[in-house]
Amino acid sequence: MNIVVLLKAVPVVGTERLGSDLLTDRSVQLEANGNDEYLLEKALKLADAHGAEVTVLTVGPAGATEPLRKALAMGAACAVHVADDAIRGSDTRATVEILTAALRKLTFDLAFVGADTSDGQGGVVGAAVAVKLGLPYLSYASEIEPTDTGVRIHRLTTTGYDVLEAPTPAVVMGTQLLGAPRYPSLRGIMQARTKPMDGWTLADLGIDAASVGAASSTTKTLDADRPPERAGATFVREAPDMAVAQLVDFLASRRLI
Amino acid sequence: MAEIWAVGEVADGQPTKLTLELATLARRLAEASGGQARTLIVAEGAQQAASAVAPYGPVTAVEADASGRPVALVVAPRVSALLARRQPSFVLVGASNDGKDIAGMLVGLTDLPILYNGAAVDWADTAPRVEMSTFGGKLVTHSTFNGTRGIVVVRAASVTAEPAATAGQVEVVTLDGISELPAVKVVDSITEAGAAAPIEEARIIVGGGRGVGSPEGFRMIEALAEALGGAVGATRAVVDAGWIGYSQQIGQTGKIVKPALYVACGISGAIQHKVGVQTAGTIVAINRDPDAPIAEFADLFVVGDVFEIVPRLTEAINARKSAG
Repeated sequence: MNIVVLLKAVPVVGTERLGSDLLTDRSVQLEANGNDEYLLEKALKLADAHGAEVTVLTVGPAGATEPLRKALAMGAACAVHVADDAIRGSDTRATVEILTAALRKLTFDLAFVGADTSDGQGGVVGAAVAVKLGLPYLSYASEIEPTDTGVRIHRLTTTGYDVLEAPTPAVVMGTQLLGAPRYPSLRGIMQARTKPMDGWTLADLGIDAASVGAASSTTKTLDADRPPERAGATFVREAPDMAVAQLVDFLASRRLI
Repeated sequence: MAEIWAVGEVADGQPTKLTLELATLARRLAEASGGQARTLIVAEGAQQAASAVAPYGPVTAVEADASGRPVALVVAPRVSALLARRQPSFVLVGASNDGKDIAGMLVGLTDLPILYNGAAVDWADTAPRVEMSTFGGKLVTHSTFNGTRGIVVVRAASVTAEPAATAGQVEVVTLDGISELPAVKVVDSITEAGAAAPIEEARIIVGGGRGVGSPEGFRMIEALAEALGGAVGATRAVVDAGWIGYSQQIGQTGKIVKPALYVACGISGAIQHKVGVQTAGTIVAINRDPDAPIAEFADLFVVGDVFEIVPRLTEAINARKSAG
């Protein structure tokens, strides 16, 4: 069984910033998107249990190498890094095109994606890629198990979960409930140094550079500002009974109770 | 003269609250652009759900056999077929789990441009202008489309749902020859006992963090939520600890919510949590540590022990209610 994990290299949470062109500055230190690491962990667990081979795939700048190397140290067998100067500033449509082309070049039974990314929070790319590939899409998984002919997942609902089944190959989007990612072992870190990391360009994927990137973007950011400051907290430091009385008055004054 | 559509969602035969918000938003954008608004309801029993949307504007009902299939697999190809037939300018989709699946599938099916994570949407000349809160709330950005068509994924509570001055008509459309997406089967549907009230659309949320101490500590959080008529939320730390289900998690890897009131109990306010709740109307923090980061985005900060404050607050609210 082959599993490809789509892993986005995002700015370390808390350090994100926009460049003067209003695009996310990706020259800062990058880390694996937190929601993608749950899928990597699940893929590695399936690899341990079923002898799967795990490939991590990213589209991103040079700094994405580091999180890819970490994924290899955690246990992925190989990494694919799609990098091209022309990609910067790509919109969702172009991102989907690039990921779809990259996945077409890989052989897999399951492609895993995280629920969304810390820098974009879209949560739509996995579904779009699945449609483009003509593959089943199963989302919001809290559990993923291979079956004889395909894959079975638990999809979270507001009251519990649905059990979904589809033939493979399939694209599966999963959640944090799949389990916390492991830490790379010292041995894993050593082994990662010799594991294959393929670099692909747009030309390797047969994509015209003019069809992606900021120049061809169908959307644009108009402005970015700091959010209006909240007025700042009023502190209540009285003893509990008095504090609660003040709190109740406050809620009543705002018509919240 | 833009035609603006909203893609509705149905739960238990009725349109969701988010659907009525989208219908309202579509109408406002249409008014601003001098165009028309329309809400699509694709579901089993679409006509009945559509009639509940009609007070908010014109509705198109598409009856669809949804049995044994995930919602998005039923909705996306039918919306796509209608998009191809009628070529509306912009389509609003809700940022629910099903909505995001539908939006992603529509991108795959139509190659339409998309903007997502919209906290507010207004009209700017030729296209919607979408406000998003990015990078953990450090920035508020506005984005728009370069062209005159696109999809906008809109979060809950971007507007307050408001019926139109004149109710819309329900149009029933039959779609034949739909090319379905690759099949996924729903083989079972499990309801977990004691599932908590959903937080996505709650007007009031009481959140608990590590400071609540234990799974038992959540009983007092639940009691306060019940007194306030709200839902229970939680931080990632306590969800990871198994004190409460993931469905209640607020924050970067959980849900982004916008209640009128958020009461944060024993929550320090780490950035990952802040992302999920910072746009709440009013934020009250109850925490022993006045230097906790939540002080930066709370409106009222009660410095005290949650075990002393929360039960007293519950009691005071219940007493107030029974006093009428």
